[in-house]
Amino acid sequence: MDTFQDPGLPPHRPRLADVDPRAAKRAERQVTLLFVLSVLGTLLFFVAYFVVGHAESIGEIRLQNTLLGIGTAFAMLGIGVGIVHWAKTLMPDHEITEMRHEVRTEEDRQVAETMLGDIIEETGIKRRPLIRNSLIAAVALAPIPAIFMFRDLDRTGASAGQIVDRLRHTMWDKGIKLVRDPSGTPIKASDVQIGSAFHVIPDGLNEMEDPLNEKAKAVVLLMRLDPEKMHISPERQTWHHDGIVAYSKICTHVGCPVALYEQQTHHLLCPCHQSTFDLTQECKVIFGPAGHALPQLPITVDSEGYLVAQSDFHEPVGPSYWERG
Amino acid sequence: MSSTTEYRPKTSTGRIADFVDTRVGASQIVKEFGRKIFPDHWSFMFGEVALYTFVILLISGTFLTFFFDPSMAHTTYNGSYNPLKGVQMSVAMASTMDISFDVRGGLFMRQVHHWSALLFVAAVSVHMLRVFFTGAFRRPRELNWVVGGTLLVLAMAAGFTGYSLPDDLLSGNGLRIIDGVIKAIPVVGTFISAFLFGGEFPGTAIVGRLYMLHIMLVPAMILLMIGIHLFMVVVHKHTQYRGPGRTNDNVVGFPVGPVYAAKAGGFFFIVFGIVAAISGFFTINPIWNYGPYDPSPVSAGTQPDWYIGWVDGALRLMPGVLGNFSFEWIIPFPWGDNNLILNVLLPMVPAAILIGAMFAWPWIERWITKDNREHHLLDRPRNAPFRTGVGVAGVIWYCVMWCAASSDLIATHFHVSLNDVTYWLRALFFLGPILGFIVARRIALSLQRKDREIVLHGREAGVIEMSPEGGFSEQHVALDEYKLYKLVSFESHEVLPPEADRVGHVTRSEKARGAISKFFFEDRVAPVTPAELEAAHGHHAPAIEASSENASIER
Amino acid sequence: MKALSQRRRHPLAAVALLLMGLLITGGLYAAASSVNEAQAATTYSASDVNEGNKLFVANCATCHGMNAEGSPSGPSLVGVGAAAVDFQVGTGRMPMQMNGPQAQEKPKQFTDEETKQLAAYVASLGAGPAVPDEELLDTSKGNSAAGGEIFRVNCAMCHNAAAAGGALTRGKFAPSLAGVSEKHIYEAMATGPQNMPVFNDSNITPDEKRDVITFLKEIEAQGSPGGAQLGSLGPVSEGLLIWTAGLGIVIAFTIWLTSRPS
Repeated sequence: MDTFQDPGLPPHRPRLADVDPRAAKRAERQVTLLFVLSVLGTLLFFVAYFVVGHAESIGEIRLQNTLLGIGTAFAMLGIGVGIVHWAKTLMPDHEITEMRHEVRTEEDRQVAETMLGDIIEETGIKRRPLIRNSLIAAVALAPIPAIFMFRDLDRTGASAGQIVDRLRHTMWDKGIKLVRDPSGTPIKASDVQIGSAFHVIPDGLNEMEDPLNEKAKAVVLLMRLDPEKMHISPERQTWHHDGIVAYSKICTHVGCPVALYEQQTHHLLCPCHQSTFDLTQECKVIFGPAGHALPQLPITVDSEGYLVAQSDFHEPVGPSYWERG
Repeated sequence: MSSTTEYRPKTSTGRIADFVDTRVGASQIVKEFGRKIFPDHWSFMFGEVALYTFVILLISGTFLTFFFDPSMAHTTYNGSYNPLKGVQMSVAMASTMDISFDVRGGLFMRQVHHWSALLFVAAVSVHMLRVFFTGAFRRPRELNWVVGGTLLVLAMAAGFTGYSLPDDLLSGNGLRIIDGVIKAIPVVGTFISAFLFGGEFPGTAIVGRLYMLHIMLVPAMILLMIGIHLFMVVVHKHTQYRGPGRTNDNVVGFPVGPVYAAKAGGFFFIVFGIVAAISGFFTINPIWNYGPYDPSPVSAGTQPDWYIGWVDGALRLMPGVLGNFSFEWIIPFPWGDNNLILNVLLPMVPAAILIGAMFAWPWIERWITKDNREHHLLDRPRNAPFRTGVGVAGVIWYCVMWCAASSDLIATHFHVSLNDVTYWLRALFFLGPILGFIVARRIALSLQRKDREIVLHGREAGVIEMSPEGGFSEQHVALDEYKLYKLVSFESHEVLPPEADRVGHVTRSEKARGAISKFFFEDRVAPVTPAELEAAHGHHAPAIEASSENASIER
Repeated sequence: MKALSQRRRHPLAAVALLLMGLLITGGLYAAASSVNEAQAATTYSASDVNEGNKLFVANCATCHGMNAEGSPSGPSLVGVGAAAVDFQVGTGRMPMQMNGPQAQEKPKQFTDEETKQLAAYVASLGAGPAVPDEELLDTSKGNSAAGGEIFRVNCAMCHNAAAAGGALTRGKFAPSLAGVSEKHIYEAMATGPQNMPVFNDSNITPDEKRDVITFLKEIEAQGSPGGAQLGSLGPVSEGLLIWTAGLGIVIAFTIWLTSRPS
């Protein structure tokens, strides 16, 4: 082989501390100093903990947090840097060569093979296929109940059909008032001026025991724009009231609230993945990863002039799923 | 047993040590490990950083469990943070607020825990990059590479489950995204979502369930994997860089006792100190800003922690609708329409490819190079241009997706259009890895040529000489034998054309292998041979570079 | 009836009709756009209006039209109210430096007095949101927790939960609210500058607006208990810190640790 000869390890070069006792003494003092620094750091921790004590204000918490950080940092770095400095300057620094061993020797392999062969032979599993096959069947079957145990992870006790079906419905229904999020006060159509955006929940949501599940589906964004600017398909002509429209706030991509309304461009933007919906085109997707338009909530006004829903959404809100159709 | 001359310790410490030794055989352990050799190089330390941050996570995490209450029951916050006083929130959020504001040092511990989590995953990642780019995953360490990859995935899982626990607005919206992605899974997605959340999103079960995973299952699996990982390191002994005195059959370095143990032990305190300093000075995850989770609000700049960012970025890059074509396919089945939500599913493909390719790479490389020898000597990245190119391509692919996760912040901070950032990143998603591969491989090859030149001509001395004719030239100093050996002792793969099997047939996969081998190794720079060096010194001709090119590049 | 039909043909009839039409639409528009803007409007003197008119013609009319009726390069200012002028001019957004995705904040171009005169002029064109009273900006009377809830629902998606700002489509952005005066925050909510939606008094009442301002001023003043806030940008800046400074320090230590001392 035409390769260079390995010259072997380079000659060992002594360190300053190896040849100069004063350098060694100096290193010793440095290590000690570092350990003392660590002690001081620990003391600072106690000062921060007890003297600052139960902080009253944000400023005090910040001070305490910073002092705890500095104290711990010194306590730890003092020990760490000290030990490493000690190892680097005062402990032997001769590189040592150790030989590697084969991960497996042929001799071991043969012994193991024979041994395993004997073990299997002694069980007789090869000679008695009936035992083997029935064992396989039993072992294969035994874990399957464990999988079924997970069926009740859905704590509502819903059937498979119900699990799919509940995604189709929200709290909205005929006559339910549109109310402000979070205050729950109803909205008059005359309150909604062009260019404004209201964050809306269905009336009655706040009174629920556990409102978040319903809220996660029912939140709506209410906006008003010039009806002339909207391209409304024939079947949705009656879904708005004087240019006041309500759309589901839950992104059809993966469910973030699409809450960014640009009143001049009439675009709705999702801050999570930047799906952009065009309000003038019934919230169809014009940019970003969402796959379909935001569902519209048909609204009207009641006798007192308050905005109410005409019905539930006509399609499931939020992210798409296999059974959505 | 015949204990004719039983050893009798003289000191009390000796008596205790002897007691333990005679019960567990500590002598043997000391004999085995006391002077075990570990090679020393800064790039070998990242695995330790990962281990130490994990220990810090266990310590700080244990503290946090004493105060955290993973309940999603509603409560009214009444702690000392004024801007949230009287606000409805879950018990989980309220207890996290209490840890932050009403438990002395609680905020510090939270910050230590979260910062070290970020550093933990970062250290695991950098450690894996080091192992990849130096070829340390080759036989016999393939399985340990897989264990390491598993640890990376587990680290991400640990991080994500923890991120979601405080039930604040940021983590709640993160969970909502997870719910959306799960629902996109064909056939079973709806049910997995229902089972995970215990009903409809958000339900009242998820925080408790994630808490169990976060403090028990995932850390237990990480501990188990760390155990296996370290066991295999002991079995294999550590790799080392090539150099004088270092061969494939030995390991050169410092003994565990005392030097290596001191350095490694000291390093734990150093890592702890660094994390403590960062936690003292920098806020992390200010849940008091985000407020409690509520499905209606969302904050601009909603991002996951960095290690999930690339997956989130992939979600952002995917167009959902192109013109009038929606990636959400509605498939008419006889029993009804079903949705195949490709705009959510396709972005998961790059993640699967990257993680799958990472796990499979040792076998891919072995298949292409047909190199099944044991490797205990590491490659410098430049001496494996093909692998470096592939690695850089993967890193760039990852980084494009990573960047995409902060597209909104790139837009606001560099005053560019959010949409343009997305368009550029979409282009880079396809072009970046290709360019990265080409450029990185070219740079590696050039560095190898530069090494050859240094070996053949010596290094530049910085002394300019004027010849009698008036020409200027720089003196070159020949390398000493140790430095020279470092630059010439490497292996360079050659093209392995497709080979026929025993019956004389060249299989299709063998042809593919041959083509990849040609693509990877067609351009190669071979190490300088003694004969070449001899020739360079003998002739002292400036044509060395040309001749070396001829010698080194085989076509 | 006869008389009317005769007068219908009167040469001035068209003018009268036009005037009537304009009055009705203008009045309706003013009524529609000033929903519940019930705060006591600051009364401006006639000279303020006059001076404002002059300033307007000299500085604003190119885009907004001689009578603020709007043009292709600038919207009509009839009925936008004094608050809109005070915000746009007072924060330096108007007059605009150049056309772009949105008007940028810059050092203001007019004195407070001139701004007031411009506001007086524009307010005289049609009723609109007025500059808020001190009472409505007094953060000692607000409730920051209530304001925080309103802020998270209505504002945080664009401006970020800690009011650090965020991106909108095609180069537009919601600015950071740090350092913005109480008055300007109020006016922005009431008038909906640029692409920001209008939050009129029926959507967010004046008291609630004050709560929001109280919340913003409180979190701005108190800072973060955990130390530097890294721009309140969330996990991105945290990740950036750990990958640069965090790993940088770690690597520096590893190099020192494995180097040989002299």
